[in-house]
Amino acid sequence: MKTIAWWYCFNGILRREVLRFVQQRTRFLSSLIRPMLWLVVFAAGFRAALGIAIIPPYETYITYEVYIVPGLVGIIILFNGMQSSLSMVYDREMGSMRVLLTSPLPRWWLLMCKLVAGAIVSLFQVYAFLAMARLFEVEPPALGYVTALPAILLGALMLGALGLLLASLIKQLENFAGVMNFVVFPLFFLSSALYPLWKMQEANEVLYWVCAINPFTHAIELIRFALYGQLNGYALLITAGTTLILSVAAVLGFDPGRGILKRNTGKPQ
Amino acid sequence: MINVIDRDTPIQVSHLSHHFGPKIALDDVSFELRAGQFSALLGPNGAGKTTLFSILTRLLQPTAGQANLFGYDLARHPGAALANTGVVFQQSTLDLDLSILQNLHYHGSIQGMSSKQIRQRAQLELARFELWERRDERVRNLNGGHRRRVEIARALLHQPALLLLDEASAGLDLESRTSLYRHVRNLCDSDNIAVLWTTHLVEELALDDDALLLANGQLRDRGSLRALTEAWNVQHPAELVLRLTEHRA
Repeated sequence: MKTIAWWYCFNGILRREVLRFVQQRTRFLSSLIRPMLWLVVFAAGFRAALGIAIIPPYETYITYEVYIVPGLVGIIILFNGMQSSLSMVYDREMGSMRVLLTSPLPRWWLLMCKLVAGAIVSLFQVYAFLAMARLFEVEPPALGYVTALPAILLGALMLGALGLLLASLIKQLENFAGVMNFVVFPLFFLSSALYPLWKMQEANEVLYWVCAINPFTHAIELIRFALYGQLNGYALLITAGTTLILSVAAVLGFDPGRGILKRNTGKPQ
Repeated sequence: MINVIDRDTPIQVSHLSHHFGPKIALDDVSFELRAGQFSALLGPNGAGKTTLFSILTRLLQPTAGQANLFGYDLARHPGAALANTGVVFQQSTLDLDLSILQNLHYHGSIQGMSSKQIRQRAQLELARFELWERRDERVRNLNGGHRRRVEIARALLHQPALLLLDEASAGLDLESRTSLYRHVRNLCDSDNIAVLWTTHLVEELALDDDALLLANGQLRDRGSLRALTEAWNVQHPAELVLRLTEHRA
């Protein structure tokens, strides 16, 4: 098959994801309302309780709102990754995933197209949120919006790959509620999204280490630094490495001889 | 159309077996389908039809044996094998919130077609099924028969030489089933497309149609429905499935 066919395939999958996103306006609104609630209500309440010292990449004292914005960007891409996973489980139950998997193009390419398309859709939501956050005096340097783009994209790819892997493991839509309790909330709360890690270390050494090894922490720190025009090399390494591992695991999960397809399709009726 | 190494043999299945744990779903099944040939895969529920279909669409890897499409081994060259194959699953696989044309566009692109090619082919196929005028309608607004037509038009978009249909008429009324059968049957004559039609409804087939009888994961017999009716000593072809069910019991 010609190389251009691979591009047509990506283009088609991206187009479908964008069309679905545009048509699901409530999904777009809810993806914005969630972090806005955290920013407007939660941050206002905790601003007084949580003083933020000068920590990189910030060069001065900052408000709590400024601190949590990268974490809230993280929550947008985290929920979008899970939404994408949910839609894949739904697609599989409804059968449309089967159509995708019977394409003559390599399965790993199809899954990567789906992953990248989902990450690109996340960008619309993230930048809409960052624009709204400016109304609450969260104003990173203008260049930061550009330098943050690859960091957000990489973070979205990592969480999208996690979603793909989960979709390959979850048999039925009903099992998805467990993902919220056992994956989304622990990832979010055991990270630097809402509080700096040194604060956590003061409170509980064990929890601090759990937060420190959580790849979601590193995705957020990568975005935090990039939003202020800086590169956190260590966070980049961890986020990129985790993305690679999760992507390979997800592709193996969708292999007909190994993963979910072996367990879930073609069973005698 | 994609290059093929054996245009005359769209399907060649050799000693295919599959089991789910201790349960044997397919047991040493072998058969061929020639270009332009229409064959019905008949069998009661649990006969192994869906397992065979899943293997032919590479959703499942067989425990033993080999399945070739156009001479390409599905396990080793899945892309080449599937490039010339159109598939319609038992369950509707259309995106209900997208229009007919958007659904076809998505399918064409994952087959590696450009937007221009998709548009041209979609116009031909949708016109064939009298759906071109309704191309911008959301699939959600179509009835079951029309949705099936869209699925077949979609499966034909990349000009396959083999069409696999898994219980494609399930859930349709008699009129829609008859119309669907006629459309598919015409494809064999007009476009030389080979069709494997999985069903348990014998009454939707013609007496001269070729049929493969599957029960307990084994291929029991093959021939025209007329010949099978005589050979199995039944009054009507519909009784064949009953006999296969008794065989299973």
